[in-house]
Amino acid sequence: MSFPDPIAVFRTEAAELLEQIEAGLLDLNVNLGDKDQVDAVFRGLHTLKGSGAMFGFDALAAFTHHCETAFDRVRKGEVPATQELVTAVLEAKDHMRALVDTPNGDHEATGEALLASLRAAVDGANNAGSSGPAKTAPGQNHFKIRFSLPQNAMANGTNPLPLLDELRELGECRIVADRSAIPSLDLLAPTDLYVSWEVELLTTQPRSAIDDVFIFVMDEMQLEVITVETSVAAKAPAKTEAPVTASQPAAAPQPAAAPVVVLHAAAPAPIAAAPVETKQNKASENVRVPAEKLDELMDRVGELVIAQSRLSQLAGGSGDLQLRAVSEDVERLSGELRDTMMVLRMVPVAHLFSRFRRLVHDLSHETGKTIELVTEGESTEVDKSVIERLADPLVHLVRNSCDHGLETPEERLAAGKSQAGHILLSARQQAGEVIITIKDDGRGINRERVRAKAESSGLIPPNASLTDQELYQLIFHPGFSTAQTVTNLSGRGVGMDVVKRTIDALRGTINVASHPGEGSEISLAIPLTLAIIDGLLVRVGDGRYVIPLSAVEECLELSIEEDMRSRGRSFISLRDSLVPFLRLRDLFRTGTKPDPFQKVVVISTGSERVGLVVDQIIGDHQTVIKGMSKLHHDVATFSGATILGDGDVALILDVGHLVAEGQQQEAHLRAAG
Amino acid sequence: MSASILTVDDSASIRLTTRVALSNAGYQITEAVDGMDGIAKLSASQFDLIVTDLNMPNMDGLTMIRELRKMPAHMGVPVIFLTTESDNDIKQEAKAAGATGWLTKPFDPESLVKIVRKVLGR
Repeated sequence: MSFPDPIAVFRTEAAELLEQIEAGLLDLNVNLGDKDQVDAVFRGLHTLKGSGAMFGFDALAAFTHHCETAFDRVRKGEVPATQELVTAVLEAKDHMRALVDTPNGDHEATGEALLASLRAAVDGANNAGSSGPAKTAPGQNHFKIRFSLPQNAMANGTNPLPLLDELRELGECRIVADRSAIPSLDLLAPTDLYVSWEVELLTTQPRSAIDDVFIFVMDEMQLEVITVETSVAAKAPAKTEAPVTASQPAAAPQPAAAPVVVLHAAAPAPIAAAPVETKQNKASENVRVPAEKLDELMDRVGELVIAQSRLSQLAGGSGDLQLRAVSEDVERLSGELRDTMMVLRMVPVAHLFSRFRRLVHDLSHETGKTIELVTEGESTEVDKSVIERLADPLVHLVRNSCDHGLETPEERLAAGKSQAGHILLSARQQAGEVIITIKDDGRGINRERVRAKAESSGLIPPNASLTDQELYQLIFHPGFSTAQTVTNLSGRGVGMDVVKRTIDALRGTINVASHPGEGSEISLAIPLTLAIIDGLLVRVGDGRYVIPLSAVEECLELSIEEDMRSRGRSFISLRDSLVPFLRLRDLFRTGTKPDPFQKVVVISTGSERVGLVVDQIIGDHQTVIKGMSKLHHDVATFSGATILGDGDVALILDVGHLVAEGQQQEAHLRAAG
Repeated sequence: MSASILTVDDSASIRLTTRVALSNAGYQITEAVDGMDGIAKLSASQFDLIVTDLNMPNMDGLTMIRELRKMPAHMGVPVIFLTTESDNDIKQEAKAAGATGWLTKPFDPESLVKIVRKVLGR
């Protein structure tokens, strides 16, 4: 194998370094506070010194050392960068060049003068002397060694086997492994080290040779060495206390390094100490963090998710496999970060529920009804901001149950029910949603009265055919109240529509079930979080839109013939059931030519489904939801917007609204047909 | 098969010296010019040992060590760092970052080979 002349390579490199140093110094001269340049100059000097010493340029190394020391102090903020210093080092740099070019020339006088001015500039740079290696007298020694390595030693690249081999090389050796600290398999971390060793060693080498074996792990390990029987050179052990090499920590003359250490038979394994400590730490108390800091963090995570999707897009479009690998890592990490963040923001609903005890108690007095409140699933966790916004709607619903739902004790007894009315407030998690249910065992919703009221206020045409669900949804209409008399509690028609609006804003849905005489049940299904959702990115015409993935049931292809066949109709056949659909191209009036193969995305809100015809399904998209501006407050089709990887904005489709529209269109066509 | 070693140093001359010394001792050498390059090389292949400088542009050695210890593929790979600092702090810092051992500059080729053998075993 042939290699170029290292000296020549070094000279070239030194010339480059000197140029760098000069450029850095000149920049620094203009802006003395420029820390980057200080670092750059320091680095240059440092490398020059190191390489110089390697290749026999001792004078250069020694001289450069002083300049480096000066800049190190500037770097550490001990002395300020001054014009004088820059000037001194600039002059010194010319001297370094001379030392590189003619290492054997007579430079001493110039060097001294330059160093003097450098010292003057930094106010005396000092250098630390190094201690020489200790000499030890050899003799036949008998050592008992007991050692354990740090638990993470193997993860950090220390393999204990070569260490044992090295001990063997020192002389006659008997090694016993202590495996008592190895935990059971389920607790064992494969990268951790649990074994410690006892070694009996007969060697002519001094004690310091043992320290040499462990030099890299000396500070972190447990090492006990007992001199069992010292040979003729009795004074030898005392001397071995001195640091073994110059590189050995000078500030570590611990008594532990004394030649004789009493070995306790039951010395606690240092390995065992670590887990105990972490267990104690684990029991540590919670940290209280101001809520706005969490919000801030969530914002940042949101931005990160956006940036990450940009990265994914770039990586996906490039053939660079390494970039893709990194991008995938970042994607996974930001996903995990998002999930962790979500968990951080989750609080149990117990706190929210607790306030209803008082409310029900008060209502019970005001109405003269006996009401028992039962709560379930208080430990269910919901995003903090969701909880805050749920409070008002829940108050309305509970009031409503107490006021309208539950009968008076007399009525209840007459109806053969227990005197006390019951309200059940429960929470549970289901997929990505939390379901909160308010259930009472009252009289139930009076369908006829709801219908009559809706007809009289013109909400529905007389004798319209409505499903129960449709009918019940009317009670959430603004200005709707069936209470005959307005009470202090509810019945003014404000409230239920507020409930509906709030739940809509939370992207939730309301389900009402009621049985006359048995009671009613109102369920609120709310997404667990508001800030980030998994979305399905689709293209319609030139625009891109996001459909919340939780609402997507399936995606189908709409072939040309089926498309033609379905013209004039508003539903497609989906496995024996008819699903109404909306052509988003028509709805958004794109005016572009449709793709030959359009797709249908079937979305649902629990019970009702609608198909959305789009041009292209682009794929999964981590959607950070941004609110719409005030100007777009009235736009019903979209619930928000998000920023795509390439910086474009995509609107997020409001699933609830589209499903309602699809159903309405279907009803309309059905009525017309 | 002979052990493969990644050497990371911004100085071409040091890289050359380590390459000469370690090649002659029978090791396979791959070179990287700074921490960033080192990480790139580490993402592409496995090594039995890494010898790295600490003071480097783009990404310094400490950062590189921390980064590579996060890569599951390189957990437990010995890392030797080269340092001219005689003070103990930098060694502690490097070891806390996940380094295995060190070699003080200036060094002679024999001591480098000795350290490598010490860490890798024979």
